[in-house]
Order: sequence, then C-alpha cells, then structure tokens
Amino acid sequence: MEVAVFLLFAALVLVSALVVVLHRNPIYAVMSLVVTLVSIAVLFVLLGAPFLAAIQVLVYTGAIVVLFLFVIMLLNVSGDGSTAFGLQKIVAAGAAVGFSTLLLVLFWGRFGGLPLSPLKEADVALRPLARALLGTYLLPFEMVGLLLLAAVTAATVLARRGESEKT
Amino acid sequence: MTVPIFWYLAVAAALFGIGTLGVLIRRSAIMAFLSIELMLNAVNLSIVAFARSLGERTGDLAAVLDGHVLVLMVIAVAAAEAAIGLALFIAVYRRRRTIDLNRLNLMRW
Repeated sequence: MEVAVFLLFAALVLVSALVVVLHRNPIYAVMSLVVTLVSIAVLFVLLGAPFLAAIQVLVYTGAIVVLFLFVIMLLNVSGDGSTAFGLQKIVAAGAAVGFSTLLLVLFWGRFGGLPLSPLKEADVALRPLARALLGTYLLPFEMVGLLLLAAVTAATVLARRGESEKT
Repeated sequence: MTVPIFWYLAVAAALFGIGTLGVLIRRSAIMAFLSIELMLNAVNLSIVAFARSLGERTGDLAAVLDGHVLVLMVIAVAAAEAAIGLALFIAVYRRRRTIDLNRLNLMRW
C-alpha cells in the first residue's frame, strides 16, 4: 500500500516537474508546479513529517504560487519563444542528466538498499517538534520572522512605482 | 513492505536535475525562477529523507526534528526569496519592458 502511494506520487512529482520546465505557456507551468508541490507534500507525510507537509501546502501552493501567478499576469509574459534552442538545449539536457546521475551514484553508495522500518506513533508527534522549534531553535525562529519582515519591506520598496515614473 | 530510503533520494536527485534543466533552457526570468523553486523542493525532500534515515539508525528523535526545523527554515527563506525576486522582476520590467534573460545583459563583460 505504502509502496503504491509512493510510486504514484513520485511519478506525479517527476512528470509535473517536467511539464513545469517544458511547457510553453507560463500559466500551465505554474499550475503544474502546484501538482508537483502537493505531491512532494504527500512524500513528506510518507517520510513521517505531517507538519512539514501542511506547511508545504500552505506556504508554497498557498502563497508562493499565487505570487508567481500575480506577477506572470501582471507582466503579461507570453509563451512564444520562451525556451532556448538547438545546441544549447542539448548541452543543458546533458548537464542536467549528468548531474542527476552523479547524485544518484553518490546516494546509492551511501544509502543504497538501506531499509526503513514502519513509522511509530511517537515519530510523528507534534509536541516534540513544537518544543524544538520554540525551545532549542527559538533564536533562529525569531530571526526568520525578522527576515520575512525585511523581505516584505524590500519587496514593497522595489515594486513601488518611483516618483519620477508616475504618469 | 516500506519504501527504502534510496527511492526518496532518487526522486530528489531527478527533481533537482529537472530544475537544473529548467534554469538552463528557460529564457524568461520568471520561468527560470520557477525552476529554482523546483530545485529548492528537491533539496527539502532529500533533507527530510536524510533525517528519517538518521532517526532510523540512531533512534534519536531530536536528530530527526533538527532536520525538520532546517526544512522549515528553508521554506521560510524560499518565501522571502520569492517575494524579493518577483519584486525585482517587476522593477526590471518597468525600466526595460522585458525580462528575457538573453536581453538583460547590461552587466556582461
């Protein structure tokens, strides 16, 4: 059962990621990204991280993807000729496949054939995660809040129409 | 039967490769940025898989949670990065009327 769910969503991740990269229409690419991100959230659940799965859906598909859609529609990026051509494409594909193969070989050398035992209830409990996040890692947690504030301020300033450009 | 850890890492590696491909072949800055998000997600997936494998071998729940907290931080930084990156694209588009990466060559040698 677990293997079936894994295979289904792993295939969904890879296929929809390819659609993201190769589709000419940016809107379809972003919609395909939603499928990728939700499928990755399912893989998070299988790996015993249900909280991360929820955050993944909330932050990525809920906030970041909407931001992308906004900007694509705002800038009216049309699909025509949005990919490189000929030789460049072949070299890029070769580099991507080569890098993936390298990673696979490295992972196989370290983790190949290592089995996992089924998850226990204690592995997915939320209380220890909350204690880690708001206890051990309280300072980094607050720093992330500060970083997000800085990012929001910077984004507002950057995207604002300058005084001289006003019509 | 449970899924071996290597399968998750294989998915992460393939996803990272697809992201690399997207960054290299896309000419629209937004689409290249979208591919970078794919690569970030591949890394997140591998971190969670590593944490699970570590917890499996040491039985140490705190080590697993370290990995999960790290992924949370990466997601937060990715959100900040997306906001600033897209604001930059809007600012560039206002000045240049394009975000085609081949034509944004002001800082080329």
